[in-house]
Amino acid sequence: MLIKSRQNNQLTENHVTDQGIYRQRRSFITSAAALAGMAAVPQLWLPGNAVAGARLAFKKTGYGQGLKPTSRKHITTYNNFYEFGTSKSAPAANAKSLKPRPWSVAVDGEVEKPGTYALEDILKNQSLEERIYRLRCVEGWSMVIPWVGFPLVDLIKRLKPTSKAKFVEFQTLHDPEQMPGQRRTVLAWPYTEGLRIDEAVHPLTLLAVGLYGEVLPNQNGAPLRLVVPWKYGFKNIKSIVRIRFVEKQPRSSWQAAAPHEYGFYANVNPQVDHPRWSQKTERVIGSFGRRKTELFNGFAEQVAGLYRGMDLKKNY
Amino acid sequence: MAKRKVVLFLVCLIPFIHTGWQLLYGDKADPLAYATHATGDWALRFILITLAVTPLRLITGMTQLVRYRRMLGLFAFFYVTVHFSVYWVLDLAIINGVGFSELLQYVTTDIFKRPYITVGFSAFLLLLPLALTSTNRMMKRLGKKWKPLHRTVYLIAVLGVVHYFWLVKKDLREPLIYLSILIALFAVRLFYHYRKTLRRAAANKSLPEAQRKPA
Repeated sequence: MLIKSRQNNQLTENHVTDQGIYRQRRSFITSAAALAGMAAVPQLWLPGNAVAGARLAFKKTGYGQGLKPTSRKHITTYNNFYEFGTSKSAPAANAKSLKPRPWSVAVDGEVEKPGTYALEDILKNQSLEERIYRLRCVEGWSMVIPWVGFPLVDLIKRLKPTSKAKFVEFQTLHDPEQMPGQRRTVLAWPYTEGLRIDEAVHPLTLLAVGLYGEVLPNQNGAPLRLVVPWKYGFKNIKSIVRIRFVEKQPRSSWQAAAPHEYGFYANVNPQVDHPRWSQKTERVIGSFGRRKTELFNGFAEQVAGLYRGMDLKKNY
Repeated sequence: MAKRKVVLFLVCLIPFIHTGWQLLYGDKADPLAYATHATGDWALRFILITLAVTPLRLITGMTQLVRYRRMLGLFAFFYVTVHFSVYWVLDLAIINGVGFSELLQYVTTDIFKRPYITVGFSAFLLLLPLALTSTNRMMKRLGKKWKPLHRTVYLIAVLGVVHYFWLVKKDLREPLIYLSILIALFAVRLFYHYRKTLRRAAANKSLPEAQRKPA
């Protein structure tokens, strides 16, 4: 193998501004000017009202330092979002029909502050941060995504679950008008996912509203999606309209579809193969290469304690 | 005749060239998965195209079609071979440098522990003798045994479709399309076969009693 050493000051392909972003520079200036004009009515440009592609205000964090993000093009055109079709390219092609604004999230179950929350209210006074996480799909590939969002625990604290809340159940919008893929029953709609409460309040668990510094594109789960970086991608439910705090373990859509293949936990684990394929390695999106899959997607130190004493082969 | 065969040969190569081009220059998100799926699709398509030759001949009466069948069948074999080589040879061995003994372990686990690969690889193993006995010399040498041997292509087609059904995560539409085409091709053959036997029986009946063949 040829090992090239690179001098520190040398620019590489990585440093080149993505062409898409470069081309948007004027529209950015225009929208920035428009935003400046709106400064008198601040809520108008809160993330809750922002449209896909608008810049978000956020602070950088150390999460994912050293990871090289996958190109914006691949992150936004290679998606599993069956609500818009089952092929990887379908979501980018069909997600225009989704209307992520206005948006509200229903909160119910074992919680002190149930109700229907407008997205603006959820995001009001909520500081956003960027976290670069590797997303490992159960299909055997991974990509690195610079998310913008906030820890789910921030929201959970405000909603005040009762002591009976042992699990959190999430649901995606169910509206075949906006989500044409729902006209066929590929999965049991609405898409449902769940977390144990200790997983939900874990500081790594994120609610994302953007990526690459901009408001989430529809195909990536606008306007609000879950990111649990130590679990397979399908746990990261998109376009969330309902959050329920429950006593019993929820049944996720993929669990219902194929219980022997997709479990409730779905923790990334190279030692536990999918019944039909190996999980030992993963294809790196945007390249020909593979990398070794890491236990809990590299977060073993932070999350292994959640599963102490559990048989991960049985609780897949 | 020879000219037409050359044209057909080049046409059959187009999917291979296109896939290779896309693999290298298409900026594909998941290039090796793309190449595996594309060549798998074409393998199945070529099996079905080969199987369509006889029904097409029966319907149109164009007997010369049979002359192109061998090449189509060999292309099916070619795409099946490329299909699994993309994963085992190109992806694992060449690009990702998996050593020989580890590779052997990968391949054997795949074949013996993953039913859809077991089925798909059996289809390849069954295609192998057909490809090897496709020459004129082998046809002559096998004589009457050649035809029954090559009838295993029906089984191969079924295995190919089952392989596809088994690997799909949820949406069964595409494998269903292949299955319906396969069923339609069988149906045409059955129809003509049945009609032939009926006609034979009728012709037999119209003969004077002494000349009739025993039923």
